[in-house]
Amino acid sequence: MPKIEDYRAIVGDDEVDELYILADRLKGKSVQNINSTAVGGGVAEILSRMIPLLRNLGVDAYWDVIKGDEKFFTITKDMHNALHGMNLDISTEDLDYFQEVNRQNSETLDLFGDIMFIHDPQPVGLVKQREQKGNKWIWRCHIDVSDPHKATMDFLRGFINRYDAAVFSAPSFARNDLAIKQILISPSIDPLSEKNRELPQQTIDSVAEKYGLDRDRPIVTQISRFDYFKDPLGVIEVYKKVKNHIDCQLVLAGGGATDDPEGPRILDQIRSVAESDPDIHIIYLPPSSDIEVNALQRCSTVIMQKSLREGFGLTVTEGLWKAKPVIATAVGGIPLQITHKHSGILTYSVAGTAHYLKELLSEPEYALKLGANGKEHVKNNFLITRHIKDYLSLFISLYYKEDIVYL
Amino acid sequence: MNEGFNFHTQYHLVELLGLNARNPEELLAGIKTVPASSIYYHTHRFLQQHHYLSPEPPNDFAFWLMEILHLRSLGEEFLSVDTISYCNLENLRKDFVKILEDYISKDHDNIDCIPGFEFHFLACKTLVLPLPYTAHNLLEFAQMLGKVSIRSLYFHMFEARMRLGVPDNDFSQWLKSMGEDQLALEISKLDPYNITLESLRLKLIRMVEKRAQD
Repeated sequence: MPKIEDYRAIVGDDEVDELYILADRLKGKSVQNINSTAVGGGVAEILSRMIPLLRNLGVDAYWDVIKGDEKFFTITKDMHNALHGMNLDISTEDLDYFQEVNRQNSETLDLFGDIMFIHDPQPVGLVKQREQKGNKWIWRCHIDVSDPHKATMDFLRGFINRYDAAVFSAPSFARNDLAIKQILISPSIDPLSEKNRELPQQTIDSVAEKYGLDRDRPIVTQISRFDYFKDPLGVIEVYKKVKNHIDCQLVLAGGGATDDPEGPRILDQIRSVAESDPDIHIIYLPPSSDIEVNALQRCSTVIMQKSLREGFGLTVTEGLWKAKPVIATAVGGIPLQITHKHSGILTYSVAGTAHYLKELLSEPEYALKLGANGKEHVKNNFLITRHIKDYLSLFISLYYKEDIVYL
Repeated sequence: MNEGFNFHTQYHLVELLGLNARNPEELLAGIKTVPASSIYYHTHRFLQQHHYLSPEPPNDFAFWLMEILHLRSLGEEFLSVDTISYCNLENLRKDFVKILEDYISKDHDNIDCIPGFEFHFLACKTLVLPLPYTAHNLLEFAQMLGKVSIRSLYFHMFEARMRLGVPDNDFSQWLKSMGEDQLALEISKLDPYNITLESLRLKLIRMVEKRAQD
């Protein structure tokens, strides 16, 4: 696992030195993160990198995971989809069950942190314990709540308003119906993680060979969970339109998370659509496949992220960091990462995505320039060191009311 | 005996105000009501987030009016507001309000942006921390200007003047106290809004080193 000192070579001494100075102001305060899964998905990934680095900086940081059964995670998946805007009514019985599992977790988990940092809706109900604990509570929302299903948002609002602050990943996720402070913090990637570090050419070649990819023809890749909102069927539609003109290959690769029971059904659906075309590679990756993801991104000609809804879109960040041309839909946090035709391509439809994909595959120099600009943008704004700086600032700010705080 | 210049750094925590605008009228309503820290954020954000780009887009309002609503003429009016000449955010706010009120009074169509491209009002909370760098003379000052982060440079050149109500940037104030009135004046005259922070750093170092060698 990288140490904070290892980042000096990437972001500079001044950046790392200032992280120590900021972290020093949190001495004596513990920060307890709680989410719903230890592996799979962006949240677990960020936490698994962030916690050791916070500890390197001297922050008393912890990470706990709530427990739930299949019924609970089916309900929270529905909740997730409803927050993304799907018209899903969750029954009163299910909402009661959701609260009951939260109550059980609040009894079994030691909620000891001076700062409780609760991630996403699954453990949101733990905040009911705050009156007894007297600590600071922050709710970190990693998903797009710009147009949520009203009843689900109404239900969750009762919990969210008990927090000291809510953190969102993009300006468009801000709510005008919350009574608490709302903070904007973009997520990040770790440039030294196995998923993002430089790889020897031999590793890239062997992964391409393992999955039967032809390096002499363009490779278009979407890496994401097998999830309705990632629109894998839309990606295949785009590929088929382009394939009529350019002989390319499509890679749809991703895994699942323990809190996502929908994945296997979607995967079966995609396999049945793709089975007649040997140039469509559907690759199911277990959680420990970071080097393979890295290699697949690095051997790709173009990275695609055709999501219908998106939290921040860290797979876009990963693609940009590898200096790849990225085509992505203008949803969630993706427009923060891509300035259209400057650091990537933003699209709105299957037809538009196919048009720009053809353009990028036909104009490699233009594609190269987009990739270089995208990498620079990520370096300046979306690496884990900036993310740590934002979290430290947030934790410290909880203890001050003024707009300008002298520490 | 001069006390020396203590370098500081600052961090902005960005707050979401939950207030959006779809057209110039809603932008006007927002600019009138948001806290001063929001006016500050939207006129200074680009300086830090895009410090590698040159020239910087001057402010979020101008960018949104020009690039999203395609109101070139109105956007240019925002673009040309000389931020460096304001020592007070309320005066800056008044001038933005005046530009929008003039535009709206001329019966222009109040066209909405495409859904998803609304202007989102943000604000910021600033944490200021001392750095372990104190300069006692011009050479030390030049050396430390090369070591501190972009955020430190930003704090001393922008934040102090615009938000803390002091009459000049921190560097010029200290140089005056050192008897370096001419150098202080030259730095005060710089328009730091029109160059990247890295270019500003190099320019400052050159100016201070040159004076130290005189």
